[in-house]
Amino acid sequence: MEDMLFYDRIQFAFTITFHYLFPQLTMGLSLMIVYFKWKFLRSKDEKYNDAAKFWMKIFALNFAMGVVTGIPMEFQFGTNWAKFSELTGGIIGQTLAMEGMFSFFLESSFLGLFLFGEKLLGHKLHFVTGFLVFLGSWASGFLIIATHSWMQNPVGYEILANGKFVLNNFGALFSNPWLWPSFLHNQMASVVTSSFVVAAIGAFYLLNNKHSQFGQLFVKTGVVFGLISSVLVAFPTGDLTAKNVVKHQPITFAAMEGIFETEEGGSEIVLIGQPNIQDKKLDNKIAVPNVLSFLTYQNWDQTVKGLNEFEEENYPTNIPGLYYGYHIMVGLGTIFIGLMAVASFFLFRKKLYKTHWILWILMFMIPFPYIANTMGWYTAELGRQPWLVYNLLRTTEGASPTVSSGNTLFTLLGFVGLYLLLGMLFLILVGKIINKGPHPVKH
Amino acid sequence: MELFWYLVLMFMLAMYVILDGYDFGAGIIHLFFGKTEKDKKAITSAIGPFWDANEVWLIASGGVLFFAFPTLYASSFSGFYLPLIMILWLLIFRAIGLELRGQVHNRMWERIWDKAFGIASLLLALFFGIALGNVVRGVNLGMVENGVSAHEPHYFFLPLWNPTFDPMAEHQGIIDWFTILLGIIAVVILTMHGANWIIFKTNAAINSKLKKTVFRLNFVLLALIIVSLSVWHIIDPNPFRNFLEHPWLWIFPLMTAIGFGGLFRVQTFKKDITGFLCSSLFLFGGFASTAASIFPNLLPSTNDVNPSLTVYNVAAHEYGLGVGVIWFIVAAILVGVYFFIQHKVFKGKMDDVGYGEH
Repeated sequence: MEDMLFYDRIQFAFTITFHYLFPQLTMGLSLMIVYFKWKFLRSKDEKYNDAAKFWMKIFALNFAMGVVTGIPMEFQFGTNWAKFSELTGGIIGQTLAMEGMFSFFLESSFLGLFLFGEKLLGHKLHFVTGFLVFLGSWASGFLIIATHSWMQNPVGYEILANGKFVLNNFGALFSNPWLWPSFLHNQMASVVTSSFVVAAIGAFYLLNNKHSQFGQLFVKTGVVFGLISSVLVAFPTGDLTAKNVVKHQPITFAAMEGIFETEEGGSEIVLIGQPNIQDKKLDNKIAVPNVLSFLTYQNWDQTVKGLNEFEEENYPTNIPGLYYGYHIMVGLGTIFIGLMAVASFFLFRKKLYKTHWILWILMFMIPFPYIANTMGWYTAELGRQPWLVYNLLRTTEGASPTVSSGNTLFTLLGFVGLYLLLGMLFLILVGKIINKGPHPVKH
Repeated sequence: MELFWYLVLMFMLAMYVILDGYDFGAGIIHLFFGKTEKDKKAITSAIGPFWDANEVWLIASGGVLFFAFPTLYASSFSGFYLPLIMILWLLIFRAIGLELRGQVHNRMWERIWDKAFGIASLLLALFFGIALGNVVRGVNLGMVENGVSAHEPHYFFLPLWNPTFDPMAEHQGIIDWFTILLGIIAVVILTMHGANWIIFKTNAAINSKLKKTVFRLNFVLLALIIVSLSVWHIIDPNPFRNFLEHPWLWIFPLMTAIGFGGLFRVQTFKKDITGFLCSSLFLFGGFASTAASIFPNLLPSTNDVNPSLTVYNVAAHEYGLGVGVIWFIVAAILVGVYFFIQHKVFKGKMDDVGYGEH
């Protein structure tokens, strides 16, 4: 029984982690492609249209990866989490079915037109199809996070005698206080990823003395989008998301921050340290007094509840994982703001394209927004444990009753092998597109 | 209310069968008839801008199943665990075969992805036919042994096969002689359907050969249908009960027959679309007839202990289903608009779209 749940969880975690490497780029990148296309329509400068076309190629490859790794996600609710699906399908099925009907049809119908219809449609309609693809991908994000928010903070439901959750207020799913901050936080984080990728490829071209005109455009666009989005991802969206955790899941907040014991007279903020679950303390801790109380309540002296105030059976099941996930996300987010601020300063002084040390850093930053996004999701998901539906349905009660651990391990191994292949193919092909670069301006 | 969602779900699944069905068929044709580079290009161009949107009908059907009939979704997806995950893997291979082929100009690379696309399409057609066979045959709900349920009455799990391949064995498998028969029928009809789509959407050199193939395969299909109808009573002793009670249901077998008859005349059609319409009619009629023959069951039980899963005992709660109707109608209108725009822009022959070239 233990093994079964373990493999079910690992399979979901593995497949969703891999899947989300792609949509986090495409959601942000679709916005930036629409921006390039819009600049082209305004200025008639072919450079912008070529930039849009170049990023569309990378977008198409990422989108295809996102689609093929996304379908297993919808199936796995039923295959591996049948009990959870049976009990809550009337509610989370609602938002997931809406995602299929409102977003996937929109995206898939217009993606074909966007990728192959430029000549047939003309530039204005081509811009419109690009905008619709952007709209579809963000609608998809919204409906997924509406589903996620219901699991974190269930609203608009009642529980029948047979244990089934039924919806009694459709509107509540979308006015859930958890939804809007999380959605905007996630979308801004997605723009962070795409900005860093665009800037990194631009830096690569400049450092290589290849496609320099595009190198400059990409670095500039990436840095400007990057500065705005890295600030917005922290304030106000990240801040509001954290305040939701404090309010609705105080025990999760204590574990994220690594507070084992309540501190009277204001809580310190932990910068570094390793959770020691056995002794219920942090080892090798570096902390700043009273700052956490201020960030949480805007009051230096207010108490933040520690884990000691809660029942142990409701502790998040992986406190160190949760703590590290959260700290890595916040740490990287802080570095992103600092780096983009410095880069923006050099851009403003018109020195950025020649300042090689910043370009090198920008280029090597590529993996870090992906790590930050993933760690953010680990914080959210590990933080919800040991619950599937917060405070109402435990993770141990949600798995499929008839699927044995051997079968789950079989499919898990299959997914690992297949995704390894997909990942390698993706890297080879995206490397090829980047190396070839955008078409030079002919006119 | 359940009935409304049942009709929606069946309609969406039928759309999936018709639309992604021609993609699978095109893949099978690609595997067996795609000899020259030009023919291969014509085949992939004919489905290139559509397959992704066609696949969405499966995802959206899954979503509607999850939302409207959560118990059925939970029961069948966990019970058919292995084949469903394998279908996912095949869908991945089909997609990357199509999308990655044109990314590198190298003969070996192209051959690998050609085969991946073709073989995955063939196996998908077979698997979906087998899946339909499993639903018609029913499963041992609750995993009853010696009159006692080992699980809750709506849960089950099937291994891929049992040693006897007998559909009536106590320990069933996904693959038995009955389900494999439906799988083969699915491969044959979808091959014809895909050929009809290629004839409709391209001016490929192989089109006249494909017409001949459709004509010949129709005799194979006839033989397979006769075999399946003559053994059907073993699976379901009384498949016509709903048709006798509600004679208007005969419209579905009638549609199948008209489509089927039309396919014998495929070589004489003046318009290239007619063959495709015939096979679509056949698929729609066949799918609807099968669904109607087991109604109100959605997944029949093969034991006497636990009841079959029906439209009425697996549906979600009334309020959720009601509120869903409103957004669904809005979404359905939008989907219709997208479908219209997509097929208007990419109307006519597709040979020169240049799909997959970068």
